[in-house]
Amino acid sequence: MDKLALDIAHFLAGSLVLVSLMLLYQDRLPALLNVFAFQAIILALSVAWQAYVQGASDLYLTAAITLSVKAIIIPVALHRMIRRLGIHREVETAINIGPTMLAGLGLVALSVVVILRVTVNADVFAREDLAFALSVVLLGMLMMVTRRNAVSQVVGFMSLENGLILAATGAKGMPFVVEISVAFSVLIAFIVIGIFLFRIRERFDTVDLEAMDDFRGESR
Amino acid sequence: MIDTSLIDGLSIQVSQMLLVLLLSPLLTGLVRKVKARILRRRGPPLLQSYRDLIRLVRKEAIVAESASWLFRIVPYIVFATTWVAAALVPTFATGLLFSWSADLIVIIALLGSARFFLALAGMDVGTSFGGIGSSREAMIATLAEPALMMIVFTLALVAGSTQLSTVAGIMLSPGVGLRVSIGMALVALVIVAIAENARMPVDNPATHLELTMVHEAMVLEYSGRHLALLELSSSLKLLLYFSLIACVFVPWSLAPAGAPLHVHLIGAAVYVAKLGVAGILLAVFESMIAKMRVFRVPDLLGAAFMLGFLGTLLLFVSRSL
Repeated sequence: MDKLALDIAHFLAGSLVLVSLMLLYQDRLPALLNVFAFQAIILALSVAWQAYVQGASDLYLTAAITLSVKAIIIPVALHRMIRRLGIHREVETAINIGPTMLAGLGLVALSVVVILRVTVNADVFAREDLAFALSVVLLGMLMMVTRRNAVSQVVGFMSLENGLILAATGAKGMPFVVEISVAFSVLIAFIVIGIFLFRIRERFDTVDLEAMDDFRGESR
Repeated sequence: MIDTSLIDGLSIQVSQMLLVLLLSPLLTGLVRKVKARILRRRGPPLLQSYRDLIRLVRKEAIVAESASWLFRIVPYIVFATTWVAAALVPTFATGLLFSWSADLIVIIALLGSARFFLALAGMDVGTSFGGIGSSREAMIATLAEPALMMIVFTLALVAGSTQLSTVAGIMLSPGVGLRVSIGMALVALVIVAIAENARMPVDNPATHLELTMVHEAMVLEYSGRHLALLELSSSLKLLLYFSLIACVFVPWSLAPAGAPLHVHLIGAAVYVAKLGVAGILLAVFESMIAKMRVFRVPDLLGAAFMLGFLGTLLLFVSRSL
């Protein structure tokens, strides 16, 4: 039973890393948002499995919040937003998939090596989740660095936060107050970012953040 | 007293070699037929591939004036290496005589050398079509082989061996558990198989004289028995990849070494059924998808490499726990 439980936890967390890499691969915004919603669903499953294994009922609530907010509300809102911004058909041109994927794989390898060395004495589930959570966080950061479009950067930020949730559920005894406040702060951040997007578009006629460089006098 | 296991192994090995050789044109015919039916065409009869091969063998082989000796021997080299590689994959029984050498890496090396000689032959005559085919084939190969090696690493980490019989045995045992790495390896292997066999999103096997073709461009100068051998080897290669996927990921009803005859017969029947299912799936997949631009192919194969690498990494994590 314990081995099967570990295998399923491994399966879900591994799928989460895979979907994070898939996020890097997408160059169209609607596809990107769909993959992001898929990532949130897998995260919710993973959290629910941890709740079952640890017998911690408050984790079920975390899973439910993840599912409703991250997998439904935010993707739907972002879909509507890119429609209203009129950028739902745009193809992101700035990213170069090959080097980005290689960098992503390097980050996954790095986080696995680091976490497995650092947490020798920790619980098996925690080690496993921490290793994958760090990869998801680093991949989210990589996405924020490589993308030019503001909406994709928002998705990168949200996927980074998914990694944090994974790390938090792996560590036993995370207070529920912390989880819920993190969830709400992300929602607030999302609203603020959404308002900002429209302000950016009003001022620069684009959500391509390269335009801001010109404004700051850093044009190439 | 003669060692009976040697005779068993030899007879299984010989029957397998004949089976793959006889079945491979049928498999190609099946894929063509199913594709035609999906497109609401009648399609050629299932046995048409055999008739084509016989017709080609009877015809005169015309060799270009500028061709060197290499051009003449390449079809034989390609056919021989592909056949040997196909003989190393356990199709219906694991007790093969050559199984001590039937390493996954050997199979990759054999296929790699076949491809190397074919690319040389494509450039030998000096036509622009052959050259472009060879250069594209080399590009696809340099991307597909690392991905294939990562898949082999993943499987070897799971099974503790690169021997195909051992891998199949481990996959059958319940100790494998639920592993996401194996799923990733399966998807990656399917992508590599599509690319290596010049199937639909990468190359269109049904086309001639188009600027997008890869495999057909290399063999454009061949005719007669040379072309027959090359066609047969590409059918064999398709069968080999199907057998490889079946042997590693759906190894049920593989007859173990020393099993009685009827187990082997059941194994052979199930193997033919597996091939049929795989062929129909391939035809459906090919009909649903459009051909990719050549410069998008690295993205596809990069995804295969990524899956293989990630599978290896995940196994590394779960093993060190």
